[in-house]
Amino acid sequence: MSNRHQGKDALPAGWLGGLMMVPVKAAMQVIDMPLRAWQRLTGLTGMASFFLLPNMAVFGIFVLVPFVINFVYSMTGGSEIFLDQRFYVGAAQYRDLLDCRSYVDPSTCVEDGFWIATRNTALFVVVQVALMILTALITALVLNREIAGRSFWRAVFFFPVLLSPVVVGLIWRWILQRQGLLNLVLYDLFGFEPYSWLTDRNAAFVAAVGVTIWARVGFFALILLAGLQAIPKDLYEAAEMDGTRRTRVFFRITLPLLMPNLIVVLVLGLIRSVQVFDEAYVLTGGGPGTSTMYLTQYIYEKGFASDLRDPGLAAAASILMGAVLVVLTLAQMAASRRKEKQGER
Amino acid sequence: MGHVLAFLTRRRGGDRWHWTDIVTWVWLIGGLLVMFGPAVWLVLSSFKTPAALADFPPTLLPYVTEEVSVAGYDRPLPLYEVKQADGKTVILAEVRRIGIIAQMVDPKVPGAIVKVNIADRKPVEKVSFATSNYTEPFVHFDFLRFLWNSVFVTVMATAVTLLINSMAAFALAKYKFRGQSLILIVIVGTLMVPLGVIMVPLYSMISALGLFNSLWGVIWPTVATPTGVFLLRQYMLTIPDELIDAARMDKASEWQIYWRIVLPLAAPALAVLAIFSVVWRWNDFLWPLIVLNQSQLYTLQVGLNVYAGQLNVQWHYILAMTVVTMIPVVLVFVFLQRFITRGIATSGLK
Repeated sequence: MSNRHQGKDALPAGWLGGLMMVPVKAAMQVIDMPLRAWQRLTGLTGMASFFLLPNMAVFGIFVLVPFVINFVYSMTGGSEIFLDQRFYVGAAQYRDLLDCRSYVDPSTCVEDGFWIATRNTALFVVVQVALMILTALITALVLNREIAGRSFWRAVFFFPVLLSPVVVGLIWRWILQRQGLLNLVLYDLFGFEPYSWLTDRNAAFVAAVGVTIWARVGFFALILLAGLQAIPKDLYEAAEMDGTRRTRVFFRITLPLLMPNLIVVLVLGLIRSVQVFDEAYVLTGGGPGTSTMYLTQYIYEKGFASDLRDPGLAAAASILMGAVLVVLTLAQMAASRRKEKQGER
Repeated sequence: MGHVLAFLTRRRGGDRWHWTDIVTWVWLIGGLLVMFGPAVWLVLSSFKTPAALADFPPTLLPYVTEEVSVAGYDRPLPLYEVKQADGKTVILAEVRRIGIIAQMVDPKVPGAIVKVNIADRKPVEKVSFATSNYTEPFVHFDFLRFLWNSVFVTVMATAVTLLINSMAAFALAKYKFRGQSLILIVIVGTLMVPLGVIMVPLYSMISALGLFNSLWGVIWPTVATPTGVFLLRQYMLTIPDELIDAARMDKASEWQIYWRIVLPLAAPALAVLAIFSVVWRWNDFLWPLIVLNQSQLYTLQVGLNVYAGQLNVQWHYILAMTVVTMIPVVLVFVFLQRFITRGIATSGLK
């Protein structure tokens, strides 16, 4: 980043920040005194541990320890939340979760809710990620062209990314309800009678897929756009000189060179899609029936919300979901390493 | 007209229109409608009265029936345009309605009552913004409380995030010590442990620490973000070591080096992290939903979800509150979009 850029990027209202900084600066001076003593006593190593300590403590208490005791939870039974009031059951929770006569039919499973949620999530992930990558790719290709007002158009597609999932869910609940915008459009164009879309099993699924794509496509399009802009222009110029057809240019130049970014987008999309909860929960509440009940909602309700709560079962289910996420994250790391290597070439 | 069209469809370099050009503009215009349409519809709807919200087909702008006070009646009467048998239309005010017959009076001469079939009249409407949708939730719900809770969580979590993540990043970028790479690996590893996976034990942890039903119970689990440490560390690695060595020569303490040299130089990265942290914490939903069980502690997101989940949803309030919840994020978007898009494009942050 050049100096010229840094000046342009300075945050607005700097003077306000400066004013707020006065007490902070004073506090920093006060802290410095005991720290100098600590530094004299322990040297640089001691200072390193001092700088690391707050983050590591918070991290340990709220991420690492829960992560470890999650396994303990998954091997205990009962409805109590504290470990000392729970009893050891071994692998019984996992046995219950995985006990099915037929894995295709959730109703033959001991824990049918888990399998319904798993099946819903699998279907959701496949459809949502496929359609989202397609729309993100088209959006990125369109935004990469020489169009008037490019940054405006980029903002148009990016804008829902920052909206909260609750807001996204409510906006679309309002649009898909009986007196909503969708019914108005269908009525005006085709004379359709108003319909309660979110009370229909199939429509609710389509809505969950569509709304999550609406909310996230800008994010993924942005990653793909960065990849498209990194493709050397001279490749295209050479192809144009040879009179290559545009479809051929796309399949022979654009797509292969975009592949590393596409893989990153694929894995990131999968990771986020497996954990789908907020938007779908606000939109449909998992309904109608259990048709949009996904894994995170199952874990949430098993662990906290339902009358027959079973934290052990919830923990076991969360570990199974976590295992899938670990595999996907490892794939992502491998993919981004490959992308970096390609960048060096 | 022909000139205008020719000008608008003229291409750079004089090329002819290719089918991809058409696809491009269809996608852009369609995208504009699909991406912005819902938000615009939300804002327009939020100014409608409950009666207008229940209408089908709904109108684009918020309309209300005009009313007039007529001598002899203590409440204002709604005005209607009535088509008479002779084909003329007059404006009458409705006194009451029985079945399909409305009893109406002429507002100027409120003497005799005219009976009108309701099929022969339509309401006189004007555009009117029901701003009470925005003011009343402050009284009816603990809306101000929710707003304050959300602001508190967002500000505190962002401040703590910036402080402890930048300290850790400084240690990881500028010191050499044993176990450094182990710490890095552990931090990377937790990228794989999203909230959904550790909900149950984290909940018991929070309860054991007495943080259940406390805003700090929402804040603490979110502040040690691995992405934050990484973003800052990568940036701090680019700060030359000579600068730090020179400061040491001048007898600056390590804390002063962190505070007076490294932090100001890392300001661009800190700004990116701050923006993301604000958006993340403002939008958080699942974890606050679990930790906060008393309505006076709800954040905006949880409060909205609870009121929108009630049997009798008061949509006119919900829509207005949704708009208010959207405002800070829209402001961030409008003013700081450049930082965010660059943050995503360079680091895949989200």
